[in-house]
Amino acid sequence: MTFGELLPARESVYLNPSAQVQGKPAGPAITQAKLGNGLEIVVIEDHRAPVVTHMVWYRNGSADDPPGKSGIAHFLEHLMFKGTKFHPQGKFSELIADVGGQENAFTSNDYTAYFQRVAKEHLSVCMDYEADRMKNLVLTDEVVSPERDVVLEERRMRTDSDPSEQLGEALQAALFTQHPYGRPIIGWSHEIESLDRADALAYYDRFYTPENAILVVAGDVDAAEVIRLAEKYYGPIAARGAPPKRFRPREPEPRAHRLVTLADEKVEQPMHQSIFLVPSYRSAAPGEAEALEVLAHVLGGGHTSLLFKTLVMEDKIAVTAGAHYQGTSVDDTRFYVFAVPAPGVSLERLDAAIDAVIAGAAHGVQAADVRRAKTRLVADAIYAQDNQATLARWYGASLAADLRLEDVAQWPERIEAVSAADVQKATRWLDKRRSVTGFLLPAEAPASSATASSEKAASLAL
Amino acid sequence: MTITLTATETPSRASTVQKIVSKGGIEAWLVEDYAVPLIALEFAFKGGAAQDPIGKSGAATLLASLLDEGAGPYDSEGFHRALDEDAIEISFSAGRDYLSGRLQSLARNTARAFELLRLAVTAARLDAEPFERVVSQIAAGLKREANDPDFVAGRNFRAAAYPNHPYGLPVRGDLSTLPALTRSHLIDLRAVTFARDNLKIAAVGAINAETLASHLDDIFGQLPDKASLIPVAPAAFAGAGTRHVASIDVPQSTIRFGREGIARKDPDFMAATVVNHILGGGIFSARLFREVREKRGLAYSVYSQLTAYDHAAMFSGGTSTKNERAAESMAVIEGEILSLANDGPTEEELDKAKKYLIGSYALRFDTSTKIANQLLHLQTDGFGVEYLDERNKLIAAVTMQDAKRAAKRLFGDGKLLVTVAGQPEGM
Repeated sequence: MTFGELLPARESVYLNPSAQVQGKPAGPAITQAKLGNGLEIVVIEDHRAPVVTHMVWYRNGSADDPPGKSGIAHFLEHLMFKGTKFHPQGKFSELIADVGGQENAFTSNDYTAYFQRVAKEHLSVCMDYEADRMKNLVLTDEVVSPERDVVLEERRMRTDSDPSEQLGEALQAALFTQHPYGRPIIGWSHEIESLDRADALAYYDRFYTPENAILVVAGDVDAAEVIRLAEKYYGPIAARGAPPKRFRPREPEPRAHRLVTLADEKVEQPMHQSIFLVPSYRSAAPGEAEALEVLAHVLGGGHTSLLFKTLVMEDKIAVTAGAHYQGTSVDDTRFYVFAVPAPGVSLERLDAAIDAVIAGAAHGVQAADVRRAKTRLVADAIYAQDNQATLARWYGASLAADLRLEDVAQWPERIEAVSAADVQKATRWLDKRRSVTGFLLPAEAPASSATASSEKAASLAL
Repeated sequence: MTITLTATETPSRASTVQKIVSKGGIEAWLVEDYAVPLIALEFAFKGGAAQDPIGKSGAATLLASLLDEGAGPYDSEGFHRALDEDAIEISFSAGRDYLSGRLQSLARNTARAFELLRLAVTAARLDAEPFERVVSQIAAGLKREANDPDFVAGRNFRAAAYPNHPYGLPVRGDLSTLPALTRSHLIDLRAVTFARDNLKIAAVGAINAETLASHLDDIFGQLPDKASLIPVAPAAFAGAGTRHVASIDVPQSTIRFGREGIARKDPDFMAATVVNHILGGGIFSARLFREVREKRGLAYSVYSQLTAYDHAAMFSGGTSTKNERAAESMAVIEGEILSLANDGPTEEELDKAKKYLIGSYALRFDTSTKIANQLLHLQTDGFGVEYLDERNKLIAAVTMQDAKRAAKRLFGDGKLLVTVAGQPEGM
């Protein structure tokens, strides 16, 4: 049986294997360029279907929200659809829809991206659209106000109605005590409520510049033609100077394990999750992030992983268990370990068993397990070649997280180069003091409280 | 108003598809493509959860979940190890009317992948250890969702829409039916649904017709000729005009609404598709998006859709709004549905919806796995390969008269079945 993800989608860097990797094909042609105004361009050619994926990535995300204004990056993303000096709200969306195109946008910790997927002959409409709103966004209170309500509904849908998501939010806040990764991407409710037009425009002026943007075009295109079109539509946008520096207060070296519990009457299935603070592809020493990637697979990448075999198959104290490394990140990042207890098993007991599996890996991992993990990871890079939108996303996310094209191109080789000793060494990052642990629990005996509100008791134990 | 396709019509998509018949009589649709060194295979046996024995909801799901948990000489761990060693992906799932399987493999591991698939299809062991484990995994998933407003509104909607019919029951089963399932139930279910006359297959990627055909004989050739499905009665949609509220202590109400739909093969299905797109199928252009989200800020997500099952057809939709304004959201939605029923769409709406549906069709065919999925569904829906080239012409041919008629048929008196999970005020 395969499971639905309990965690957010992987943020890992996948890409075409380079021609040097033995026995593997070269993958799609990748071309990189830069306009005079600083706009970076990446073109990924895939000629199998007459479709193109057009994306603009801005190198800023929720981690760049000013203090007290969490959620502004995401709110601005919504507001970018509200019209420009030259095109009323909805005009471009209408043009895209008229040619059967699909569009959307998303915000993460480190980037905000906008994309369209259209038949290839309509690429210039997409460029016209993104260039226009990069420079000419207009906002009025009449559009800002209802959209703020929409964001509050989105938050209610994603988080406020779901105890598991609330615990997840508390865990991020406990893991990142100083660094802004600890704030939810969508923002805290009370801060969203106070975001206004001026906040959005200030953020827009600061970050939505050509030097701060990356254009990624994937599909049935010719690289030279894409660059020519980019020059035509994006070229006229005046350079501002250097790209804005993003400053994030660094998370201090963690010294104390934190346990966060959330008990709620809506919870019928207890769950366990731990998050460790670890280096990212960007912040790690050479080879370290790749070793963490392989370690995540060895520990918790499926049925043959250490956590699954030990906790689920042998000890039978969990119904599922896994791990995930969120490596594509500008600053130090998250390594997740999660497990769902079998009926009657306490989360404390499960926690101790997880610690034991990690301690075991710290003593050494089997070469066969490492081999299998690497096979999967490198194969994923080939499977990714099948999907132009997937490739576009991976390149975009990597460059937006301050990685370079070569880092992406050489990833399969670097994964192949990871040894069992490297994986063992990487377990030093899974020190309990570097982590937070979350217990999701059913409510205790009914409270004496007369209020109708649910038993949300999120306590932070240091 | 009709739309004529421009001179730059896409080349025939149907001509890229080969219809294979193996020596043993197994049929499949194949698109050969060597640009990426992989193969994607999708197949489905008719039956699915609709074949769950009475009181044993979840049987098809459990069977599907166990097919990759040990087969032939491999126990559960051994089978997964074998998959992982070559990065082969094999998985199965059960839906309302079908039990489906998919395979993805690097081209160089094709033979090995098909061998493992053969074992899963013909020799899955259904051993006691994985049986117990997977049941508890499904149960844990159900517990996790027990008070999830989305899940609760959906489950209640289904039960009210199709009482006394398999379509009203949960595909994964529930906490009372799961413990009643035994290995024999699954063996029996497999014996009656895994047959050659019941099977549709689509393959895309780095493989030629001859190689594929011989693998198909290996994998499926020994299955019984004929399935013995329990007949499933057509299901009429019940409950339109009624409302059901499940109280959950959350700040937002999740709403599901719907009524009888239009059958897939009905001549008005395409017109209904266009009308649904106008109402709530598109994002920025849809009436529901504009009125509920953009104008009033009532919701982040609001949508409508047409679903055609083998024995029923449904129009449905949903949204989530804070409790204080849930009634308002529902009123706006009901208003737009009635307006479309009584007046039909505007010329502009009709024109734009058709343009979008025609232009976006190509976006379904830009990856091997998506193509395999489309080809499989065409077969299970009972269409031929030529539909790939016909489909856009059918959309283009929808007139205002067709759209108005379809809107009237679809929305009628505007009565809806509405289920809500949350604490909606005034509902």
